[in-house]
Amino acid sequence: MDKWEDNRAWFLVLPVFVVVAFSAIIPLMTVVNYSVQDIFGPGQRVFVGTEWFADALSDRRLHEALWRQFLFSGLVLVIEIPLGVLIALAMPKRGLGVPFSLVLLALPLLIPWNVIGTIWIIFTRPDIGLLGVTINGLGIPFDHTASPLDAWITVVAMEVWHWTPLVALLAYAGLRAIPEAYFQAARIDGASAWATFRYVLLPKLRGVLTIAILLRFMDSFLIYAEPFVLTGGGPGNATTFLSIHLVKMAVGQFDLGPAAAFSLIYFLIVLLFSWLFYQALQNVGQGERR
Amino acid sequence: MTRVLRLGGLGLYYGLLLLPIYWMLNMSLRSNADIMGAFSLYPTDPNLANYVKIFTDEVWYSGYINSIIYVSLNTVISLTVALPAAYAFSRYRFLGDKHMFFWLLTNRMAPPAVFLLPFFQLYSTLGLIDTHIAVALAHTLFNVPLAVWILEGFMSGVPREIDEMAYIDGYSFPRFFATVFVPLVRTGIGVTAFFCFMFSWVELLLARTLTTTDAKPIAATMTRTVSAMGLDWGLLAAAGVLTIVPGALVIWFVRNYIAKGFALGRV
Repeated sequence: MDKWEDNRAWFLVLPVFVVVAFSAIIPLMTVVNYSVQDIFGPGQRVFVGTEWFADALSDRRLHEALWRQFLFSGLVLVIEIPLGVLIALAMPKRGLGVPFSLVLLALPLLIPWNVIGTIWIIFTRPDIGLLGVTINGLGIPFDHTASPLDAWITVVAMEVWHWTPLVALLAYAGLRAIPEAYFQAARIDGASAWATFRYVLLPKLRGVLTIAILLRFMDSFLIYAEPFVLTGGGPGNATTFLSIHLVKMAVGQFDLGPAAAFSLIYFLIVLLFSWLFYQALQNVGQGERR
Repeated sequence: MTRVLRLGGLGLYYGLLLLPIYWMLNMSLRSNADIMGAFSLYPTDPNLANYVKIFTDEVWYSGYINSIIYVSLNTVISLTVALPAAYAFSRYRFLGDKHMFFWLLTNRMAPPAVFLLPFFQLYSTLGLIDTHIAVALAHTLFNVPLAVWILEGFMSGVPREIDEMAYIDGYSFPRFFATVFVPLVRTGIGVTAFFCFMFSWVELLLARTLTTTDAKPIAATMTRTVSAMGLDWGLLAAAGVLTIVPGALVIWFVRNYIAKGFALGRV
């Protein structure tokens, strides 16, 4: 199944390239430009070379934020991907339950991110929020404004609540595409439920899971609005993720140059890991086909 | 037994999923003083004052109209440019195809904070600030790559014999694409439309940076509910409930497409 070789296919890709490059290239070059200059004000700038990059790489608070970010994205992927696939497997295949499930899953995805943070502030308040009152009612002291652990649990719970439906929707659409004959063949062969899942379902879901894993990795690594609104990065710096640290630096301290250098490093980290995930997932598929 | 477990687990998950939404609905039917005053599982004195305010105050309802305009524009632009490109990626090998495919996705990977300023400068130079098209164009940055990736998955599932047969039958490429191929991948188009709609609808930073009044999105209006008395939680919750409605309608319309499968018979 080799693809046709034809460079004229570029004409089909050209509109996409033009539309995306229009918004992508000039802002990126501007940020590169900022990252090598010290900017005092309009028209007053000095070339500083790689100084901001060196600063950023040796910034201890940035390192802490980076490890926090890796832990957060790791937790998010480890929880959301299996949970999303499980939900997709459990969802009804026909009848009224289908549209009902789809609309239900879409609800959290459609709320603007800053509003999600705001709703969760009230939802988790120990005096007037459903979750806060319930947990405290069970006799467990819970306050995400004071305890770093509680803050982490709250932010991860919010993230899982918010985004697992995306994984479930993608996985569900992927599952619906597998012909019934595959399952019948597996049943005739006497395959166990696990073997059916591992050798029939999972390879067929590779395409959707690649998109789901990449999307969840990128978006969770860049997360800003929800934890910022909910915890403000606290208590202390416990939930100061990379983006929150970056905004503090860019807006709070008016350090455009260092913030730009930091942005580029940040971008390259996301790029590197997305590429590694992408390559790994591609190879998993190759191995199974052989 | 496994069926009970499956449905029970799913029911439990749906319940948990709905709890914060229910709490938002509960808040939206109460006055601010009532919300802050006491914990209550349901609105003891339900009233629609918050909703009435949104539907009668132009600042509020124009936010919804603006968002719907630029989100629709964005979805149409994204799908229009992504369809032929996804076809090219699914059918042809060409110079730099793999790099181009991955490059597209890299546009979703930059942290927005510092990029907002150059974005504002670029669109002011072009005189596009505070227009719907500016936001729609800016949002293509993250929606077009996603659309190409999702559509490519669907299109790879359509056997290439169909293309070959059509060309032998004398179809020109545009005619084949519009009358034969696009109907075959309408499943993918439905799913992609929902994701484009959703990501553009909830994006705040770019939309807020590129607009002031005439095209101001609802998500930005909602950040302005702070008054001298602090945040008006009830009003914010009502606005939050209403932000769900348009997207829920979109997924209702594409539900059959999603249920039919992600990669139509992809083997």
